[in-house]
Amino acid sequence: MDPFGSYKFAISARATDNQIRKKSQDGGIVSAAYIHGLESGLLDGVIVADKGEDFCAIPKVATTVDEVLSAAGTKYTTSPNLSVLKSAVREYGCDKVGFVGTPCQVQSIRKMLKYPIGYRHVPDKIALVMGIFCMENFPYNGLKTIIEEHCGIKMEDVAKTDIGKGKFWVYSKWGDVKTIKLKDTHPYEQHACHVCMDYTAELADISTGSVGSPDGWSTIFIRTAKGEAFYKAMEEAGVIEIKNIDDVKPGLGLVEKLANSKKENNGKERAHRKEIGLPLPY
Amino acid sequence: MVKVAHVQLSSCCGCLVSLADTYEKLLDVLGAIDLVYSQTLADVKEVPDDVDIILLEGSVCLSDHHALETALACREKAKILVALGACAASGNITRFSRGGQMSKPVHDAFAPLTEVVKCDLAIPGCPPSPESIVAVITAALEGDMDYLEPYAELAKYGSEACGCDLIVKVINKSLCMGCGACAAACPTRAVSMECGRPAIDKEICIKCGACSVQCPRIRFPELIEKIE
Ligand SMILES: Cc1cc2nc3c(=O)[nH]c(=O)nc-3n(C[C@H](O)[C@H](O)[C@H](O)COP(=O)(O)OP(=O)(O)OC[C@H]3O[C@@H](n4cnc5c(N)ncnc54)[C@H](O)[C@@H]3O)c2cc1C
Ligand code: SF4
Ligand code: SF4
Ligand code: SF4
Repeated sequence: MDPFGSYKFAISARATDNQIRKKSQDGGIVSAAYIHGLESGLLDGVIVADKGEDFCAIPKVATTVDEVLSAAGTKYTTSPNLSVLKSAVREYGCDKVGFVGTPCQVQSIRKMLKYPIGYRHVPDKIALVMGIFCMENFPYNGLKTIIEEHCGIKMEDVAKTDIGKGKFWVYSKWGDVKTIKLKDTHPYEQHACHVCMDYTAELADISTGSVGSPDGWSTIFIRTAKGEAFYKAMEEAGVIEIKNIDDVKPGLGLVEKLANSKKENNGKERAHRKEIGLPLPY
Repeated sequence: MVKVAHVQLSSCCGCLVSLADTYEKLLDVLGAIDLVYSQTLADVKEVPDDVDIILLEGSVCLSDHHALETALACREKAKILVALGACAASGNITRFSRGGQMSKPVHDAFAPLTEVVKCDLAIPGCPPSPESIVAVITAALEGDMDYLEPYAELAKYGSEACGCDLIVKVINKSLCMGCGACAAACPTRAVSMECGRPAIDKEICIKCGACSVQCPRIRFPELIEKIE
């Protein structure tokens, strides 16, 4: 099995800017790329999952550094990021749009680029497609059940959520830290995730996630020519600090293990669906 | 050179405007083809015999024998007959026509071209984006059947487009992951995302098929996976 899809090279990195690192989920790679893009003119609008009321996720077109920063961090619930793509081009008049999404959303934007039936004048305005690693996502009320029922924290009080070391972590605004075993969150997963074979956003220009790198750092795959050019520009501008991926712990081996386990498990689910005659994307 | 004709039946001309909206790409396309007939772009009275590609825009008014004859003639004359746009592909807004309108009060039945004659390709959307029309024409010129396969399928089976397809084919099948591609694709904003799933306002849906054709959880051709 090919765990990662095609890529040019992988590295471990984090944003050099402290403020970005403080607000972001891991190494702040997505926010650093966005902010660099907006400040250098490589991008003029970026799609984010903004924090809505009670820690829900709201897709938004961000055009300023402040907007990017306030939307930093992972929301473990669906944020239909493609739903605002057309508005980025039409209402906001953006010519160089940056996008971030889960692997499925990256697949969706790739389909839009090849088959842009309902996307007049959008395809040539997409300047950068970033993908974030993803094992599964939760519907909002699934997330709410995990956080309120299992962890005893009110949604309105959530500051950050994270997945790591086999646990789901909830940090409240008042300093509480609660965890639940990851396997106890499985009943609340979005079922559509169980046909998904992509862990590392294999179709993005640049993909990133926490797994493989030390705390506060991110693992990054540079996949396309566009992604490489953007990455080089970030490196030259000094907005990221870089380490050789072979020198960091736990390294790509763990990413490979998780990517393969997703493909194996969901491959079984796909076979099962086929067997009982349920449709699959084809 | 490849001979192409653009023919219009019951339609608004929006699909042709969309094709013309590609600026320099239209010139590339026009440079690569011989436009043998187009009511709007060429001064020719009849669709010639033996045309390589006919782009037919609009649905067919079954209460108008001229329309029916034109549809049949186009089928006969074209090597590749393309149902251009949602009216030809799936009926679109003309599905709601019920006659009684001036100046043709007896014209009450409108069927998508795909239900009247066998079409080779159907491009949904109201209108389909300029980029998608150019991509289909280019692929047809190059004989890229892999790329065209979804359009060939729609020509065969896709005449019943509706926003409800998202409910029936995606949400009800446990396949919707909430990307929002359908919502942005809808030209009438009939699709909104609620709790990470599309919600359809049926009063506003014109049955153009853009939402479901854009969904990666119904159709995801392998060639999309080739990135550079
Ligand atoms: C559902 C989900 C599951 C994940 N699972 C894994 C995993 O198993 N392993 C792993 O290594 N990493 C996983 N990640 C990715 C990880 O949590 C971080 O998002 C990633 O490392 C980027 O961090 P950063 O510091 O570079 O980005 P930041 O600078 O914090 O920026 C993150 C960007 O992602 C956007 N975003 C946040 N939530 C969503 C969302 N739900 N949908 C779309 N965009 C969003 C934000 O608006 C922001 O722009 C997952 C992310 C999500 C959303
Ligand atoms: S597991 Fe797959 S389908 Fe589910 S959110 Fe992640 S990328 Fe999307
Ligand atoms: S919901 Fe919108 S995109 Fe879908 S068929 Fe109806 S009008 Fe077209
Ligand atoms: S495009 Fe498909 S998968 Fe995406 S939100 Fe719409 S119905 Fe769901």
